[in-house]
Amino acid sequence: MYDLVCIGASWGGLKAIGQVLADLPAELDLPIAIAQHRHPDSPEGTLAQLLQAQTNRPVLDVEDKMAIEPRHVYIAPPNYHLLVERGSFALSVDERIQFARPSIDVLFETAAHAYGSGVIGIILTGANDDGAHGLARIKRVGGVAVIQDPLGAARRTMPDAAIAATVADAILPLDAIGKFIYGLWVQPATVREVTKA
Amino acid sequence: MASVGASREPAGTSKHPPAHGDLEDIELSLLLEGVFRQYGFDFREYAPASLRRRVWRRVFAEGLQTISALQDKLLHDPACMERLLLDLSINVTAMFRDPAFYLAFREKVVPILRTYPFTRIWVAGCSTGEEVYSLAILLEEEQVYDRARIYATDINESVLDRARSGVFPLDKMREYTQNYIKGGGTRAFSEYYLAKYDGAQFQRSLIENVVFAQHNLVSDHSFNEFNVIICRNVMIYFDRTLQERVHRLFFDSLVTFGVLGLGHKESIRFSPHEAGYEELDPSEKLYRKVG
Repeated sequence: MYDLVCIGASWGGLKAIGQVLADLPAELDLPIAIAQHRHPDSPEGTLAQLLQAQTNRPVLDVEDKMAIEPRHVYIAPPNYHLLVERGSFALSVDERIQFARPSIDVLFETAAHAYGSGVIGIILTGANDDGAHGLARIKRVGGVAVIQDPLGAARRTMPDAAIAATVADAILPLDAIGKFIYGLWVQPATVREVTKA
Repeated sequence: MASVGASREPAGTSKHPPAHGDLEDIELSLLLEGVFRQYGFDFREYAPASLRRRVWRRVFAEGLQTISALQDKLLHDPACMERLLLDLSINVTAMFRDPAFYLAFREKVVPILRTYPFTRIWVAGCSTGEEVYSLAILLEEEQVYDRARIYATDINESVLDRARSGVFPLDKMREYTQNYIKGGGTRAFSEYYLAKYDGAQFQRSLIENVVFAQHNLVSDHSFNEFNVIICRNVMIYFDRTLQERVHRLFFDSLVTFGVLGLGHKESIRFSPHEAGYEELDPSEKLYRKVG
């Protein structure tokens, strides 16, 4: 059983995240948390509005201490780190990490701490190596690591860094990621056994 | 749960703590208990996720491996405690951070301040003072600074010293100038500081009406009655229980029709006094006490 899907993306991420969300069948009821690098001044809500056009799930910019609810899609607000506690989100304005706030590592590492093996982490396109540590952490606590195939990524640096940092459960072209997540959700044990072998 | 030894993180980048959730939680709560009993600083109701990250940063900075080792060092070495206190109390901020907030303050709060003969403003958790100087500049330009007093408080005395000095990194001035203009600034920002060495020394006159004082939001009571309280991105580091308590403190410290300003992503919903406020500018999180 899984508790939370975390997605990290940077350059080219809007399109990639949009596709993953669009490919998730409606009955999948996992909450989804997203850290997408943005310009600090980018207007609030814009990313949420753009993603909302791709999915019927409620898409929200996170406010401090917001409860984590099934089916909802949560976006790290610009200029804040998004952290996961058990059952709710927290925000911080701590230093940028490798120039990024939100930092994908912060989201993934706190999710790993809060939910352990219940986390599915997904690294998509990006031109830096944020998220690699976080994904390795998710993997280490027994969660699932999914990485977009660098060959088809708008920028391959981020998927490459994630591949170097951990043993992925799956490296997939963008259009297969939604289906893979759905497969995990339907049949967690089977998929895990196959990928562990 | 995977053991620490199974880590595949590349060597030389081990600034990330090993994953061993439950034991780590025990170590953290023991450390916080020890800090409270030995030094009186109470971080036990801080939001755990960011607290844990900051404590780990201190563990590595001290050349240690575990939170328990940091606890041992802290309890016997007050200087080490001082360093942790700095880690836990510095909130990264910028002058005119979120310019839209300052624009809204000019347009919606200043007209209220003009109706008072004298205004008391509390900047709670002022850290290194960027917000205090920003506010002083704004009030000066709106010609209400003369009849205002700003009380700028923080838990940490050495942070307050830095705020008092009024020196900020020179390489930030470009960013701050842009913020200032977007925030409705009406002059040349460089009028407010002198560049010296690598620092920008802000005019002393800006803090003529500022009282810097140590105050702990966790344990101290109200110390005055205020027309405005600004507490932005401070309570995000607190858990829900502590947030509620601080909200009560703010509500009790505001005059009727007093204004409360929070960070962009903070919500009044966690205040037990939510019904006692009306929205002055909902997107900039400016509220007015009506109850």
